[in-house]
Amino acid sequence: MIIGEPPPPSGAFGVDAIAMTMRFGDFLALDNVELKVRPGSFHALLGENGAGKSTLVKCIMGYYHATEGDILVGDREQAIANPKDAHALGLGMVYQHFTLVPAMTVAENLVLARDDVPPVVNWTNEMKELEAFLARMPFKVPLGAKVSDISAGERQKCEILKQLYLKRRFLILDEPTSVLTPAEADEVLGMLRDMVVKGELTILMITHKFREVMAFADDVTILRRGKVAGAGKVSELTPDAMARTMIGAEELTMQPARTGEAGRARLELEKVRALDDAGAVAVHDVSLTVRAGEIVGIAGVSGNGQRQLVEVLAGQREAESGEVRVAGASYHANREEMRRHRMSLLPEEPLKNACVGGMSVADNIAFREFDRAPFASGGWWLNRSAFRDDARKKIAQYKIRTRTPETPISALSGGNVQRAVLARELAGDVEVLIAANPCFGLDFAAVAQIHAEIMAARNRGAAVLLVSEDLDELLELSDRLVVMFHGEFVYEARTSEADLTVVGRHMAGH
Amino acid sequence: MADGSIGLWTVPLAVLGGAIRVSTPFLFVSLGECITERSGRINLGLEGTLVMGAMSAYGISYLTGSPWLGVLAAGITGALLGALHAGICSLPRVNDVAVGIALMLFGTGLAFYLGKPLIEPTAPRLPAIDFGWWSDIPQVRAALRVNVLFLIGVALAPILYWAFRTTRWGLLIRTAGESSDAARAMGNSVLLIRLRATMVGGFLAGIGGSFLSLFYPGSWNEGLSSGQGITAVALVIFARWDPMLCLWASLAFGGAAALGPALQSVGVTSGYHLFNAAPYILTLAIMIITCSPKRTLTGAPAELSITR
Repeated sequence: MIIGEPPPPSGAFGVDAIAMTMRFGDFLALDNVELKVRPGSFHALLGENGAGKSTLVKCIMGYYHATEGDILVGDREQAIANPKDAHALGLGMVYQHFTLVPAMTVAENLVLARDDVPPVVNWTNEMKELEAFLARMPFKVPLGAKVSDISAGERQKCEILKQLYLKRRFLILDEPTSVLTPAEADEVLGMLRDMVVKGELTILMITHKFREVMAFADDVTILRRGKVAGAGKVSELTPDAMARTMIGAEELTMQPARTGEAGRARLELEKVRALDDAGAVAVHDVSLTVRAGEIVGIAGVSGNGQRQLVEVLAGQREAESGEVRVAGASYHANREEMRRHRMSLLPEEPLKNACVGGMSVADNIAFREFDRAPFASGGWWLNRSAFRDDARKKIAQYKIRTRTPETPISALSGGNVQRAVLARELAGDVEVLIAANPCFGLDFAAVAQIHAEIMAARNRGAAVLLVSEDLDELLELSDRLVVMFHGEFVYEARTSEADLTVVGRHMAGH
Repeated sequence: MADGSIGLWTVPLAVLGGAIRVSTPFLFVSLGECITERSGRINLGLEGTLVMGAMSAYGISYLTGSPWLGVLAAGITGALLGALHAGICSLPRVNDVAVGIALMLFGTGLAFYLGKPLIEPTAPRLPAIDFGWWSDIPQVRAALRVNVLFLIGVALAPILYWAFRTTRWGLLIRTAGESSDAARAMGNSVLLIRLRATMVGGFLAGIGGSFLSLFYPGSWNEGLSSGQGITAVALVIFARWDPMLCLWASLAFGGAAALGPALQSVGVTSGYHLFNAAPYILTLAIMIITCSPKRTLTGAPAELSITR
């Protein structure tokens, strides 16, 4: 399918967005935004959640139609009505969420992505052609393997290879390294950078990792609340300057200093084994002790059993064998035990794992205590005004942005959902805190607040188990670091003594 | 042997014959449902489609004198019911399971209403191929009188197995069923793929119905289907959404359904109703053995509303 008469320009080409404005009802998602991506450059698009980065690239890719503004592809104005038009122009996008079909093989996924899939696929020929294509590419992927069986790093490589296989020469990458180890991220971005330098590709990368911007990008555009807050050459900027441009004048919560020493063992895991949904062993007889006043961080690439481990501790999954002890007593994650031991949980995807989306913010905040005084009389008569009063107090204290306490919690942004969960879980005394990716996808202000709360809980003597895919977060918060790989703890060190390269190697399983 | 008595051999022979005869509607409905479910939608209305197919096949065969036109009419009726299911499910916030149950009742009710005048007359039936010509024993000959539809169904299973892997349509259906995000990101309309898959599924289920009224048992009445349509839907789950396994499962169910009559014919009368319930007991037993609360079903299309 070809749009307009001229064929797409050969080699790398640039894309400009001129005076882009996008309205969703009353909400102004993009306000007169200019973006200039030079041909053959590596351009970073920075901004907090909700700053309009995704909206901007979706306008370029034809998913949204901008209210006003023009798109220039290779200096020629183009009307991009849908993603197919964008593809025909040589534009491709790698999404934050994988778009590979897990139940199919890598080869099937690649062939399927083509516009001209033949009615009957001749697999012998296709495999030969795919192998020839891979031989020219910088990364290798196992063609015959099912996507569900390969690692996150390999999946991300597949996503990028798919775009190159489709001969796209302008790639938009949406947080491409969020599931990769630092070494994998460097490998993938380094190879893409080489292709950019050779003039074969132009890249526009959405990211929030300054390290990657500094190491790989030529230019940067920074968005804040739908407007361009800054743009320029990366070589002339510092991470600090970029961060300040991103968050503007907003005050960040100060993180309290680390105080106090670790006390007695509070949370103990002994040879805990758990299965995943397919019935395979996901957590392999792991043992771990978390002491009072200590943050133990579990590092690892997503999908190495962390989720199942947290689900066991949260009571969402039964352990196959092994024992969990809290303060010396056997623990089975029922409500009474959680209350007695003052357990707090910040599970990942809080809207799904810690909230009932259709119920109000006030109800969600009251979940732990809703059938006890002062929220209930006699264990069954609920006192609605107590819910509201408590919620009002916590909404102010935790800076939860919601229209009213009665608003359904699913209407809140990710950061505010997590704040509401935080308000519920950290309100009283906390003796054990289990947090899983508590800051995933949140903006700076929310991240700073959550980090501060976690550190404060530690300083008050809580035993904290922090599971995270973000190594920087773990290095910043944890006292001890454990690396989880294929369901086992493969490395442990005091965070102050941990060597980042060694940690990365263990995360990748070497 | 000369008097044609083959004693207890009657039972396995009758089960074999039953497996071939009784399994055909199971086979068509399960293959059709397999296509629909692989596209990410479950159509529980196939019981209604089956009965509507049986009724329209009988009616058209009676009116035109050609049973094959009846089969075609049954397929078209099924495809239309499939389109109705898919059309309603395309609306936002519509649950395919609820729509399926409604259409199951709608299809059977409509068939009974329209089929009232068809209970009396006799329509031309589908011919059978005699694979038992080499034998003198009447039971063997009876067991090996095979309908062409059965052979088509048997051929269809490996064709579907192949098509899911090597044709564009097969790959698209699987993509829509495994990840609608991926399908959309490629610029495909998931609703359109599911509409077509549901229509093809309905077409096959309708043909399965025509077998009931035009071959075995071979007449039209309101007790024609004893839940074959809904059993076949369960059978797809048991077959793990694999067309070849659908074939073996259909044969096993057909054989189990023939067990009761076969035992009765050799004089085992006690527990007759229990043996007639064999297919349902088999369904329950297999589901209990193969399912576990701790794991999801392997092979289940990820977009299916019952597994998601």
